[in-house]
Amino acid sequence: MTVVQPLKGEAPGKPASAKSGDLAINCNVSKIYYGSFLAVRDARVPINKGKITGFIGPSGCGKSTVLRSLNRMNDLIQGFRLEGDVHFLGQDIYAKNIDPVVVRRYIGMVFQQPNPFAMSIYDNVAFGLRLNKFRGSYDERVEHALRRAALWDEVKDKLKVSGLSLSGGQQQRLCIARAVATEPTVLLMDEPCSALDPIATRRVEELMLELKKDYTIALVTHNMQQATRVADITAFFGVDISKGGRTGYLVEMGDTEQIFQRPRKQLTQEYISGKFS
Amino acid sequence: MTDTASNVPPLLTHTWSEGRALRNGVLTIGAWAVALIAAVPLVSVLYMLIVHGGARLSLELLTELPPAGFEMGGGFGNAIIGTVVMVVIATIISVPIGVLAAAYLAELGPDSQLGRVSRFLAKVLTGFPSILAGVFVYAVIVLAMGGYSAIAGGVSLAILMLPTVVLTAEEAMKMVPRKMKDAALGIGCTRTQMIWKIVLPTALPGILTGVMLGVARVAGESAPLLFTALFSNYWLRSLSEPTASLSILIYNFSSMPFDNQIELAWAASLVLVLIVLIFNVLSRLFGRAKY
Repeated sequence: MTVVQPLKGEAPGKPASAKSGDLAINCNVSKIYYGSFLAVRDARVPINKGKITGFIGPSGCGKSTVLRSLNRMNDLIQGFRLEGDVHFLGQDIYAKNIDPVVVRRYIGMVFQQPNPFAMSIYDNVAFGLRLNKFRGSYDERVEHALRRAALWDEVKDKLKVSGLSLSGGQQQRLCIARAVATEPTVLLMDEPCSALDPIATRRVEELMLELKKDYTIALVTHNMQQATRVADITAFFGVDISKGGRTGYLVEMGDTEQIFQRPRKQLTQEYISGKFS
Repeated sequence: MTDTASNVPPLLTHTWSEGRALRNGVLTIGAWAVALIAAVPLVSVLYMLIVHGGARLSLELLTELPPAGFEMGGGFGNAIIGTVVMVVIATIISVPIGVLAAAYLAELGPDSQLGRVSRFLAKVLTGFPSILAGVFVYAVIVLAMGGYSAIAGGVSLAILMLPTVVLTAEEAMKMVPRKMKDAALGIGCTRTQMIWKIVLPTALPGILTGVMLGVARVAGESAPLLFTALFSNYWLRSLSEPTASLSILIYNFSSMPFDNQIELAWAASLVLVLIVLIFNVLSRLFGRAKY
């Protein structure tokens, strides 16, 4: 990590065992329900530290659902219920005594649609710092975050301008800056490029590769080329329509190269060769 | 029919012979006419106020007390102060309650039983006869305090303002994009922090519009004030004594057999409209979306 002042508050616990030492998140979901609807089953997705883990699969395969359950964003959806556990650095974040709000401060999120707040660029980035009652140089920290997000040179002369006045690609990088300003441990990215044009997508992808030096990233993408370009490890999700519903599940997971070159499952082979989407 | 197959170019020019074009023309003119008719009452009321009340408009109106029977001159400074004071009291009471209730309706329990019931009641209250608000406050506050007062007047106006504030503030908060709320929660806000730091500031222009609608509605109310603030011919000295207001002054003076008083009633009507207008412009200036 770069040398910046730590946030107030206790650091998350140390890894529970040596075995999970190289894992940032060990996701061990057996079932996710929305009401009575079984949305996802059998998703055991370990997220390695300092790597980009890509989640790919057809629409409705539950890849976003799994991603959003990694920082308890699904708690906000009525009827959401998760069976299994998700360990973040050794702690089960679904345990009774866990405060989901604190979890989200360690596991940041970048959304599909760029969603800056209706405030200045500076305030957008400083928002999380203020929220955490950060004591230290805000200017320094904001600049650092904007540099990390490769946005500094474009906005350094207009920090007081509305975050909403930026272009879509710039807005998304602003959201990334906002997410990294508080130095989270893990960044969850839910199709961060799907609303962006190819050039902006390119920049965000370069940014992800840059960011993985300091952060663990989990990336949902609809774009298989994107997964091959940035993901170290790829998890392929499929949809099971056998029981009438549409239930997503993890088909296979492995090094990106292996998934795309030598998939073990027939379904993966068919998906990556474009037989269905 | 078009015959693009042959080399004759299709007819693209305007023609009235087709029913479609004719109907379009008739409906457009109709819509214009109806829009004009809708503007007639407002424009004619304003015109009348300016013609009748404009002549008496002077600084004297603001600094002097209402004249007695055969007196000439005079003004209604006490009534302006009374109206402004009571509207401010009503705003101070209804805005915090209204905005927090709206936050509950929009964010915390939109589909809860309590939410549904209070939203329904707020809607019922928008059509609540204003005189009943006066009677209610008369029974609860005037009788208890032992007399008419600016406070009682303010409370009765607050009751009338509240539903407008609640319903428009709820709409304004619902307009804040879901993705912005998600972003706030995703960065580690509690729901309370999300509401205070993101939803309220983002919805502020809309909330202020609702407050203004409420102010505009109650500033001209006379029925509830008859039961609560009554009237006074003297300057306001305390909030617990009978208080003058423009609307009651208009009501009183317009039925008097003296030209001077009738002229003052016209001028007071114009001033009342101007006050509402000034409130409106100010709230737009301060409430404009900054980002």
